[in-house]
Amino acid sequence: MKVLVCISNVPDTTTKITFTNDNTEFNASGVQFIVNPYDEIALSKAIALTEAGKGSITVIHVGEPSADPTIRKALATGADEAVRINAVPHSAWFVANQIAHYAKDKSYDLILLGRESIDYNGSQVAGMLGELLGIPSVSAVKKLDIEGERVVVEREIEGGKELLSLPLPAVLGTSEGVAEPRIPNMRGIMSARTKPLTVVEPIAVEELAHIVRYETPAPRGAITFVDASEPEKLVELLHSKAKVI
Amino acid sequence: MSVLVYVENTEGKFKKTVYELISYAKSIADLYGSQLTALSIGHVADDELKSLGRYGVSKILRVDSEQFKSFVNQAYASVIASAAKHTNANTVVISNSFSGKGLAPRVAAKLGAGLADGAIDLPTIDGNTLSIRKTAFSGKAYAITELTSAIKVIALTPNSYDVKENPTDSSIEDFAPENEEHDFDTIIKEIVRASDKITLPDAEIVVSAGRGLKGPENWGIIEDLAEVLGAATACSKPVSDAGWRPHSEHVGQTGIVISPNLYVAIGISGAIQHLAGVSSSKTIVVINKDPEAPFFKVADYGIVGDAFEVVPKITQAIKAYKG
Ligand SMILES: Cc1cc2nc3c(=O)[nH]c(=O)nc-3n(C[C@H](O)[C@H](O)[C@H](O)COP(=O)(O)OP(=O)(O)OC[C@H]3O[C@@H](n4cnc5c(N)ncnc54)[C@H](O)[C@@H]3O)c2cc1C
Ligand SMILES: Nc1ncnc2c1ncn2[C@@H]1O[C@H](COP(=O)(O)O)[C@@H](O)[C@H]1O
Repeated sequence: MKVLVCISNVPDTTTKITFTNDNTEFNASGVQFIVNPYDEIALSKAIALTEAGKGSITVIHVGEPSADPTIRKALATGADEAVRINAVPHSAWFVANQIAHYAKDKSYDLILLGRESIDYNGSQVAGMLGELLGIPSVSAVKKLDIEGERVVVEREIEGGKELLSLPLPAVLGTSEGVAEPRIPNMRGIMSARTKPLTVVEPIAVEELAHIVRYETPAPRGAITFVDASEPEKLVELLHSKAKVI
Repeated sequence: MSVLVYVENTEGKFKKTVYELISYAKSIADLYGSQLTALSIGHVADDELKSLGRYGVSKILRVDSEQFKSFVNQAYASVIASAAKHTNANTVVISNSFSGKGLAPRVAAKLGAGLADGAIDLPTIDGNTLSIRKTAFSGKAYAITELTSAIKVIALTPNSYDVKENPTDSSIEDFAPENEEHDFDTIIKEIVRASDKITLPDAEIVVSAGRGLKGPENWGIIEDLAEVLGAATACSKPVSDAGWRPHSEHVGQTGIVISPNLYVAIGISGAIQHLAGVSSSKTIVVINKDPEAPFFKVADYGIVGDAFEVVPKITQAIKAYKG
């Protein structure tokens, strides 16, 4: 089984988000970057599927050299090789096209991504990639099992779940539940230094959508405390002031 | 030029989020001064389809054959793209629901359209450029996205636009879509729905509890409060990780993102990853025994106290108020 895992390089979940250049750019100074948490799940599943010599894992990242530590972390966790498409990942469409172009003649059986990247929260790349490669995609799966030439996945739907069977190759966005997260061990960290990281130049892609500006949400007004012995006061406030009940 | 909205049915019925979506699409059609067409895939009775007219739909395209009985991402994406071409749509509106998140990027890629995912309010339109706001960085910021392609796809976050009546004469037309060879390769094996409960993404009121509840056996007071409020229940991540509650209730950065009118957080500390999933709730009430709990900093109303004492009292007070 040949698995391609797409990883994005995102600010650590506890980062205070600020912007520069008149709110047109994310302020990355002093920010710790990590492998997108959902992509870690994808990678952990790929490791489980290919363990004991049953296949290989390539991780791919579209980004600048500053992302190399994140890529090395994925190699240390257990990927066999890495590819970095050397470009600023300025939109999901751009990223999907780069990955599709790289993957199209490499006969991967499975392409795994995260459900979404926690920076732009787009949940776009998986579907676009599936479409560009002409293969099925499921954007958020909670369980994943290979059954012969097909893959059986569970996905969430409003108020329930759905079980689907898709032919391989397929593109799947993973979320919690798909695999136990793995972390690099000492041997992994040592061997990551010598595993191949190939840098590939990007192809030209027509831009269809781009982020022009950021805003930070207005802070909420001051909190109103209600005494624990006066629950009817809370009910009154929710009714006549907040108008939510 | 027209606006096309894809209306997702749940076992033949439209939920409130569909009427929100149509109201939103109608407002966009009005911005362009154009008409709104709705596309329904799968079996929906005529009466139910006609209900769409109340919110401004002029024409309803229906695709109702055995093949389309259940949702198959690729096949449905082809139908939406072919309906967009058929109606000469310049804007396609889809819900950012679980299924919508799978559809929108495929539809956009098929049409060569720019995609604005997770939109939270109406776009502004300037010539061929459409700008739209979405949440980014897990609720810690908004991003303004500009779409410059000829056709645009917008995926609207559920619960972010109010339903607006706009009675319009609507006609139903059967539509024969174009599908591709491999569109039906995916097989739906099973659909499981927890039927009678209000689902989390649709809920206007959500009662949520965390590790402060100590154990699954204590959830009775949470369910009682949810019941009197007509609310859905939710929980923090450690609670679902420990198996106290199902994963489908886990809200936050790695769980479901919700924006109900009222979010009641009980025994939840308010970690940044939890807030990422709930901070766009319109009103937040926090009940916590620790006055220093970070959640109080982002709440509208707070009670400092022991959940086991406070929650049953609130339930009683609401019962009394509702009479
Ligand atoms: C990458 C990552 C992703 C994450 N994603 C999520 C996510 O999506 N969602 C999420 O929720 N968390 C997430 N977390 C975990 C998050 O950081 C917190 O650990 C978690 O939200 C804490 O849950 P809690 O508030 O229920 O528990 P605790 O932090 O243990 O808080 C319990 C609270 O209950 C109060 N309490 C105790 N007893 C009582 C009582 N009798 N009455 C009233 N109050 C009481 C305490 O004062 C305390 O404030 C994530 C963490 C990481 C690292
Ligand atoms: N720059 C990138 N390079 C490689 N994969 C990416 C990149 N950005 C996003 N992805 C993948 O696409 C998934 C969904 O991202 P998004 O559509 O941005 O929410 C992520 O979880 C990654 O698996």
